[in-house]
Amino acid sequence: MSAAARAAGAGPDGAGIEVRVESLRKSFAGRQVLGGVDVAIPAGATVALIGPSGGGKSTLLRCLNGLTAFDSGLVRVGPGVLMPGPMTGENASSARDIRKLLGMIFQDFQLFPHLTAVENIMEAPLRVLRVPRESARSEAERLLDRVGLLDRASSYPRQLSGGQKQRVAIARALAMSPRGLLCDEITSALDPELKGEVLSVLEGLKREGITLIMVTHEIGFARRAADRVLVLESGAIIEDGPPAEVLDHPRTARTRQFLSRILI
Amino acid sequence: MRVRWRHVLCPIGARRVSRALSNFLLAAAGIAAASGATLAHGATPPPLLWATDAEGGAPYIFKDPKNPNRDIGFEVDIVRELEREIQRPIEMRQYAYSSLILGVQRGDCDFAMNGLEVTPDRKEKVLFSRPYYVFMEQLVVRRDEGRFGDLEGCRKIGCRVGTLEDTAADRLLKAQGIEDVMYDGVVEPYRDLALGRVDAVLLDLPIAVSYARPNPALRFAGPPFARGYYAIALPKESVALKAEIDAALDRMLADGRLRRIYEAWGMWNEAQEDLVQSRGDDILAESRREWTIGRYAPLLFRSAVMTVFIAVLSFGLAILIALPLALARLYAPAPLRWLAVGYVEFFRGIPVLLLLYVLYYGLADLSAASGLGASLRLQPLQAAILGLGLNYAAYEAEIYRAGIGAVPHGQWEAAASLGMTGFLAFRRIILPQAIRTILPPMTSDFVALFKDTSIVSTIAVVELSKQYQILSKSSMKYLEIGLLTAALYLLMSLPLGWVSRRLEAIWGRGIL
Repeated sequence: MSAAARAAGAGPDGAGIEVRVESLRKSFAGRQVLGGVDVAIPAGATVALIGPSGGGKSTLLRCLNGLTAFDSGLVRVGPGVLMPGPMTGENASSARDIRKLLGMIFQDFQLFPHLTAVENIMEAPLRVLRVPRESARSEAERLLDRVGLLDRASSYPRQLSGGQKQRVAIARALAMSPRGLLCDEITSALDPELKGEVLSVLEGLKREGITLIMVTHEIGFARRAADRVLVLESGAIIEDGPPAEVLDHPRTARTRQFLSRILI
Repeated sequence: MRVRWRHVLCPIGARRVSRALSNFLLAAAGIAAASGATLAHGATPPPLLWATDAEGGAPYIFKDPKNPNRDIGFEVDIVRELEREIQRPIEMRQYAYSSLILGVQRGDCDFAMNGLEVTPDRKEKVLFSRPYYVFMEQLVVRRDEGRFGDLEGCRKIGCRVGTLEDTAADRLLKAQGIEDVMYDGVVEPYRDLALGRVDAVLLDLPIAVSYARPNPALRFAGPPFARGYYAIALPKESVALKAEIDAALDRMLADGRLRRIYEAWGMWNEAQEDLVQSRGDDILAESRREWTIGRYAPLLFRSAVMTVFIAVLSFGLAILIALPLALARLYAPAPLRWLAVGYVEFFRGIPVLLLLYVLYYGLADLSAASGLGASLRLQPLQAAILGLGLNYAAYEAEIYRAGIGAVPHGQWEAAASLGMTGFLAFRRIILPQAIRTILPPMTSDFVALFKDTSIVSTIAVVELSKQYQILSKSSMKYLEIGLLTAALYLLMSLPLGWVSRRLEAIWGRGIL
């Protein structure tokens, strides 16, 4: 199959993954960050997590793939389950399984600076999935092509612009053939004219049916691309519905206040 | 008789200053003290400066066990007689034994007398008085030694024989092709003999009498042999003083004063009869050694290889210990972390020299005392590599900790979010980035270790610096051999810098 044909077709496995959170609680040094969050995200959904700073959005996202341990409750990602407590033993191995299903993209990219763009993408398939080097490379090149950066394959991260770095980071996450992506404010560090190139990649992924869970301040993008908007405030979900409903007719005063500040 | 004993380190070139200082001190302290005689004589000639190493040991000159402020020994007695004979006060100056000839040659002292053997190469540099003692070599073995009884038997079975560096005994061993183990002091060779690290010790008879005879674990093997002469060394131009000293020694020999001194120290033997006949000049017939570059260069090269060997192995050991230490300090739970901190503080805080002594001598004692036999009795090379490795591990661990800690935490998370295990993330993502920060200080440390290897000569390992000392002392070619030695060190360390820069460039791609 040619790279172009695959790029045009459905994503890996062609389907998203279901994510469920039950009664999730988390405190940092006595301060409650998540106070019993319940969410069910069906496979293939695109969910935007919005809300004021310190509301617990990033923490919730990081609990989903085990980067942050939680105090009580449960996280289910497809067949994988994370239990409360430290990420050791059984929890650590479920977290690793979950991370293969659920990729993550960071606000500050976190590309590996000592590897070129293509090596960044190949690294995990090569070492974690033990894919042969040749197929890992051609897959990495296909992904680079898909995010429009095939000509930068042998550039090091520091030689790329912010938008290019973030697109490489997306390609790196996609190389593990995940069925969902966690995006933690992935356009916040970008200049306005660079945000578009990243967001359009995400829209392409949504069309392929991958589950997308995004912490974002891009209300316009949320309105256009999300199936569902969650508003998280003081560790609780205070609003949950389609973008038209939540963004245009918020039920709570807190949400209205938040939206009016952010839309100015 | 006024011998003014003062232990002032006499740095080469500082003679005038120290003499002015000593005059001042004498003037200040001397009004009430022993200066009555001086004043009575009116114009007293300035004192002669006698260079010796008071740490050289019995019976030459050593601290009086009953009064540590006093030096005693047969050479002290001879100097007192000399003072009377030549009518001049003599002041003692403390010198490292190895600098005695150099000090005399440069005229920093009036003469040196400290069991100095007359050898052809020394004769080229200094003037020797008539001999004042005929020494012989004494082979000492363990009491239960049954394999050999003399040096020839020793050579046949390939024994290792301990001795002092740059002595007639060592030349003798080298000439006979016997493996020599070199020491700095006179106590350690007999100690190692008792411990079984060497098979025999060959040293001058007076030393053997003082240090080996009292030890019940050791015995003399056969009679003493191979005569040589001790004489007083003077600067080349001091012809008049030499004549004065020669005449004084002649008189002391003729009227039996020398003999009485030797008898008092249990050193008189028939060989001393030779003193009457021997004059300074006929000793040159001794084996003449021509220290050409072709002669000493191979020895230097061989010890350079030894230096590389020690440096590479101990640095390898340091790295092996340091990495887990650094990881324990960064990521381990409390008790393990404290252990790692303790290790670093301890080994960084104690001198390597102390560590080497404890590993080499202390462990051997412990091993014997706790009934473990020879199991902890390290060979010199083992102790050297272990000591340097343990010490440098502390420094490396701190460098690694800083380097690894400097990689942003987000890199761990990015690696984890791709399904990598902690070990894989460390190996593939964190370490390669940390190495860039670690490499420059690590290279500096390796170069420093290269030079620090010179310290292991204290436990009878001959590496490049030690070989330089030995060869330069034997040949008196301090500058010439020094330059070659320096060149060898540079040859070894310069490529390291280059390799380090190359590696930095390779691993730093994308980061720098």
